[in-house]
Amino acid sequence: MSRVIVVTSGKGGVGKTTTSAAFSAGLASKGYKTAVIDFDVGLRNLDLIMGVERRVVYDFVNVINGEATLRQALIKDKRVDNLYILPASQTRDKDALTEEGVENVINDLKDDGFDYIICDSPAGIEKGAFMALYFADEAIIVTNPEVSSVRDSDRILGILQSKSRAAEEGNVVKEHLVITRYSPERVDSGDMISLDDIVEILSVPLLGVIPESGSVLQASNSGIPVIMDKESRAGQAYMDIVGRFLGEKIEHRFLDVEKQGFFKKLFG
Amino acid sequence: MGLFDIFRQNRKKNTATLAKERLQILIAHEHASGNGLNAPDYLPQLRNEIMEVIRKYVAVDDKSVNVNLEKGDDFDVLELNITLPDRQ
Repeated sequence: MSRVIVVTSGKGGVGKTTTSAAFSAGLASKGYKTAVIDFDVGLRNLDLIMGVERRVVYDFVNVINGEATLRQALIKDKRVDNLYILPASQTRDKDALTEEGVENVINDLKDDGFDYIICDSPAGIEKGAFMALYFADEAIIVTNPEVSSVRDSDRILGILQSKSRAAEEGNVVKEHLVITRYSPERVDSGDMISLDDIVEILSVPLLGVIPESGSVLQASNSGIPVIMDKESRAGQAYMDIVGRFLGEKIEHRFLDVEKQGFFKKLFG
Repeated sequence: MGLFDIFRQNRKKNTATLAKERLQILIAHEHASGNGLNAPDYLPQLRNEIMEVIRKYVAVDDKSVNVNLEKGDDFDVLELNITLPDRQ
């Protein structure tokens, strides 16, 4: 049974594409046949984050318009088996994504035996974001510990549970919360809203917390999903998220200020 | 509030707490008002049909019928407010 998972947030710049890239690479590395689709028509970036930007020949909209087959447009990742990327189009035509077209592509992926279809949503609540969430069975809500991001997440949750096909058919889209750019030091000093408070406000089950980490930028610079950087805390936190999503019991990590030694405390 | 927090009164107010309070109030308000999103699509048509039925008996104008949907925890309340014209 294939599952369609939307990665969404409402607000831009919170880490949707980083999370989509990491999560799909993680699922694929665990042996699941995974496709990740960029829904940000006109502003595609998933290809760049995943380092396949020079291999884009056909895109999502070409497939919808029948100008290319799905097989031609899907880019097979060279580092991880079972991982396929469907890039967005750079067209400025806002109506390029049709409900029927998107549904056909998703159904074709299901028929091709994909276990997971990850939909990387654009920011905002326009057509692209709507199309990304419409066919979802589950949703990963990416939130930063910051007021505007939390508010937009709440709004996108409202849309998810009222406007998606699952909602129209009287079902519930399963929600998962991923908090990114988390800084335990700043939470400790009272400058950053804590993860408990975010979970309380949004009342969505917490899938994982990604600590603020320089390795995320380094990974995007190099076009390698950060989950493949096994040394980094962000990479490990994403791997935990994939494990938890697949039902493993994994403790949350990197939530507390790292303990400093006595002398470090004393002398800074 | 810990015992030693008394001595920290002069410190800048904890902005994370402020953020939480503001978000809770805002989100509660946005949920209560239906957010314009959670309001079902049938509301406008429902309103028109109710108007037609009322007009069979009383002459009311468009502005005097107010249909509102309030979200509760376990249930939603459909509120219908009709102002009848003054008795002649």
